[in-house]
Amino acid sequence: MAEEIPELNPEAKLLQELFARLKLGLRRILPQIIAILIAFLVGAIVLLATGYSPLEAYSAMIMGAFGDVFGIGQTFTQATPIIFTALAFLFAFKCGLFNIGAEGQLLVGGFAAALVGISFHGLPTFLHVPMALLAGALAGGLWGFIPAMLKAKLGAHEVITTMMLSYVAFYVTGYMVNYPYKAPGWVAQTVPIAPSAELPRILQPTQLSASIFLAVILAGLTHYTLQKTTVGYEVRATGLNPTAAESGGISVKRGMIVALIISGAMAGLGGAGEVMGVHRRFIEGFSPGYGWDGLAVALVGGLHPVGVLLAAVLFGVLRSGGMVMTRATGVPLDIVFILQALVILFVAAPMLIRYLLKRGGFKW
Amino acid sequence: MSIAIEMSGITKTFPGVVANDKIDFSVEKAEIHGLLGENGAGKTVLMSILYGLYRPDGGQIFVNGKEVEMDSPSTAIKLGIGMVHQHFMLVPSLTVAENIILGKELTKNKVLLDMNRMLNDVKDFCERYKLEVDLKAPVYTLPVGVQQRVEILKALYRGADILILDEPTSVLTPQEVEELFKAIRALKEQGKTVIFISHKLREVLAICDRITVLRRGKAMGTVKANGTDQGELAKMMVGRKVVFTFEKERVRAREVVLNVEDLKAFSDRGLPALRGVTFEVCAFEVLGIAGVEGNGQTELVEVLTGLRKPTEGKILLDNTDITEMSPGERIRLGISHVPEDRHKRGLIPDFSVMENLILGSHNKPPFTKGRIRLNFEEASNHAERLVKDFSIKTPSVDTPARHLSGGTQQRVIVAREFSRKPKLIIASQPTRGLDVGATEYVRKKLVEMRDQGCAVLLISADLDEIWTLSDRIAVIYEGEIVAIKDPKKTSEQELGLLMAGGKRG
Amino acid sequence: MVELLDVINVGLFAAALRMATPIAFASLGGIFSERAGIINIGLEGMMLTSAFTGVTVSYFTLNPWLGVLAAVLVGGLLGLFHALLTVKFIGNQIVSGTGINIFAVGFTAYMSQILWGSRGASESVQGLKVVSVPLLKDIPIIGDIIGAHTPLVYLMLIVTVLSYIVLFRTPIGLRIRAVGEHPAAADTAGINVFKIKYLCLLVSGMLAGLGGAFLSLGHLNLFAWGMTGGRGFIAMAAMIFGKWMPFGAFGASVLFGFADALQMRLQALGLLPPQIILTIPYILTVAVLAGVVRKAIPPSNYKPYVKE
Repeated sequence: MAEEIPELNPEAKLLQELFARLKLGLRRILPQIIAILIAFLVGAIVLLATGYSPLEAYSAMIMGAFGDVFGIGQTFTQATPIIFTALAFLFAFKCGLFNIGAEGQLLVGGFAAALVGISFHGLPTFLHVPMALLAGALAGGLWGFIPAMLKAKLGAHEVITTMMLSYVAFYVTGYMVNYPYKAPGWVAQTVPIAPSAELPRILQPTQLSASIFLAVILAGLTHYTLQKTTVGYEVRATGLNPTAAESGGISVKRGMIVALIISGAMAGLGGAGEVMGVHRRFIEGFSPGYGWDGLAVALVGGLHPVGVLLAAVLFGVLRSGGMVMTRATGVPLDIVFILQALVILFVAAPMLIRYLLKRGGFKW
Repeated sequence: MSIAIEMSGITKTFPGVVANDKIDFSVEKAEIHGLLGENGAGKTVLMSILYGLYRPDGGQIFVNGKEVEMDSPSTAIKLGIGMVHQHFMLVPSLTVAENIILGKELTKNKVLLDMNRMLNDVKDFCERYKLEVDLKAPVYTLPVGVQQRVEILKALYRGADILILDEPTSVLTPQEVEELFKAIRALKEQGKTVIFISHKLREVLAICDRITVLRRGKAMGTVKANGTDQGELAKMMVGRKVVFTFEKERVRAREVVLNVEDLKAFSDRGLPALRGVTFEVCAFEVLGIAGVEGNGQTELVEVLTGLRKPTEGKILLDNTDITEMSPGERIRLGISHVPEDRHKRGLIPDFSVMENLILGSHNKPPFTKGRIRLNFEEASNHAERLVKDFSIKTPSVDTPARHLSGGTQQRVIVAREFSRKPKLIIASQPTRGLDVGATEYVRKKLVEMRDQGCAVLLISADLDEIWTLSDRIAVIYEGEIVAIKDPKKTSEQELGLLMAGGKRG
Repeated sequence: MVELLDVINVGLFAAALRMATPIAFASLGGIFSERAGIINIGLEGMMLTSAFTGVTVSYFTLNPWLGVLAAVLVGGLLGLFHALLTVKFIGNQIVSGTGINIFAVGFTAYMSQILWGSRGASESVQGLKVVSVPLLKDIPIIGDIIGAHTPLVYLMLIVTVLSYIVLFRTPIGLRIRAVGEHPAAADTAGINVFKIKYLCLLVSGMLAGLGGAFLSLGHLNLFAWGMTGGRGFIAMAAMIFGKWMPFGAFGASVLFGFADALQMRLQALGLLPPQIILTIPYILTVAVLAGVVRKAIPPSNYKPYVKE
């Protein structure tokens, strides 16, 4: 005789649905998690081969990232600009474009914000801050506009042009901060920005600034735009099938230009956030490669704004924890780059993960 | 008579469909054997297995009496099997000679290509089989009928004794078909075996010795060509009586909807594709454009839909000059388009059915709330309505279009384009690759739209389709409209002649 | 007073040929890869890793030629890895290449730190010695430009010619071009499409390796962080400018090499701030790409080839 299955009360039903959704979500990010694990495994091998203890290194990293207020502050501070550059890469990618020049867009954005920050005095904060942010976005947008036009009008592959412009941005801002805008002293940096252009610190005594709120808001905006607006529909259609999109009346060229401008603006905003919230001036070399992190984070985040936020924290851990690890164990900081690259490579080939899983005996 | 090929119990499944279901198929030496069936019956799959492109899930293959494991085309080639595909396997920028010798290159002193020797060898082949080609021309410059000759030469050069021809006449004019048949008979005389894949009853009866019919992946039987007729074959192919004619209402009022004047345009390769096309299409009429593929039809459709800029000429829709307008504007003015390649142009495979159904109207109310936000409720309702009205077989409106069958995908496109109540429908090869049921459905819908007052421009390489559906037939040849005929006052013979560049009318 | 002749002289052209060498090698590597249907964005990373490997091996063996050999091997290995990811595992070609680039930067800096205690630059090593070609260097003017260089420069010239011959005059070259342009046609002609792609990427990596070896062993005799400076990307622009033809790519590489040499001269003379001068090669690349791309049709659509 069949057992009687009791009717679930509404609370249990909700919980069940929640679990089902969680399971689905986990299944979706499983390849990324495995990629991260494999990357750390290979990284461990590299460490061992060069005479370091992976256990020591990794635990120093985690302790450094979360062990105290400073660690936590650093982790999220480092994560913030990465969120911006990751969203930049993501947005362009959804339109079928590879913007690998986020680093340069971040730099020009930061410099433009610094310029606005140091050029005006006596402005009220509620005017100065938006102006500086806008300048950052515009500068980044310009740096995305150039490759966009080259691609739309002339078909120039944006991978090369954004990369080249990144170098140009590096040198141009380097020039600016070593010559015309150099503050007195040894360091290549500008004078501090006016206090009215500063973004407030939100976790004393760390450097964590309100820029992170901007980043999270931007992530939400990105998700909303892509999924719920006509612009987002057109961007996604263009990215998935430009010929069909064209037949459907979507202007593919205009879409590409808009996507790259927005992408650049996002990265520029990230640079502005750094200058206004963390350093309060433009310092040469303030970005240890946030643009590249952004690429990795976008991929690891499964090209989804929520994933981006999570992955950015992971990379924040790598960076801030990495700095502590280097001080504590002597492991060169570049292991972080290596881990990053490994994650990218393993995430890049979904079939690879499936293949490895099959070899390991799991069904996917 | 000895048996050249024997396929026994062949089974092959793809996700969701059994393409070949325990098929037995045997071909005798030096015979011309037809493999007949409608689109999707499994003919190409079966022959691809024979050629080593696919691995069967079950069954055996015997070549000249010996069992073989057909694991790749090079094995098939070594066994003397050659295949001429429906979609040519020629490298466009290489010359005819280079394409023919690809994979079997000769060298002088072991390293460098010996082009002279190879050219001479190929020239011999051409003479022996009476297939004339310009060996030094890059393939992309050649007309389709000549490219097919190159494909046949390629197979022969590799020592093929058994030739598989996959729908060889789909790209030929009636005259070119006759030439092909002559060549096939010459091959048989030389002792070659030919397997002729087709869905065209008349041709199969005309050229083949024996015919095997496939239906939905199963072999329905083998008959002698001179012991059967179209009716019996059709019954084997489809299992029911097939309608060869079509009921059409009489044509009514004749206001001109589309006016095309002296249109000129270039193809992607920079060659002139349209050399001055002029015609008009009226409301309540279907104008069929007949022509062998590659005579400018694709470019014509692109110019009319706004995807390609013409170099000269004008396009008027209801007396409005739309020549400079973007695709989006043309959609708004009432032009709908069923594209010839539904995967490339018609659908976004990763978008859901609902998202595909609003493509083209996605930036207008009622699908937008205030021009920026998408109105998902409206879109969803609209999609549900269309799914019902057009009988679209899908689990839900959120299913990605990728997961639907070809016929269902075409229904989605048709639903989207026709539900906009357009003034002009441009239908480009609308039934290509569809099974009989889907084909009937699309044609019925086209005629329905015409009866409701639409102007329909039908471009098709299927002469039967043009014949059954059109009120007037225009023939396009080398980028020009060479004639416009009333179907009741012309013959297939005359059309074929015009399609091949014969007398102008 | 700085005179024009201080900048524009025979030495500049000789330097142009020198600086063209790594770009030309990488560019030829790009051609082999793209002609077979795979975009190799990772040229930069392959060059960098090879540059590092060459210096390391030369450091330990005191033999620069062993260093060159090691550089070539490592480059080839990375090329095969890229092929594995993109062909067998159908990974996105641009992502894979970018991953290789990031890996190269991190890995070389990391190992540099381990071996020499500095992530900035290694110690000096034995580099390749300049050779004087006896008859060549006696020709007036031209002799000064091409008469005396490290052997890799001459190797580059030879490889350029060889690349043309292989691609357009041998069976394997014909097959490579077929595989890139129409893999299905090549497959049905009995050609192993995957083997050809792997082979071409191996060659691509090896050529990039030669380019990297030149930068470290044939030019500076040490390894410095990020010393490839975007040359892998510039090589891609040269490849496109040269319409995926070996001689065209060589010509374009010479143009970029000229810009590189000019930039170094101007810096040494202190006429303009270094940063501005340093932008010259990159702006030139963008300008070239902008002016040329319209008319350049790539040899492939780079879609991964999947068999049923």
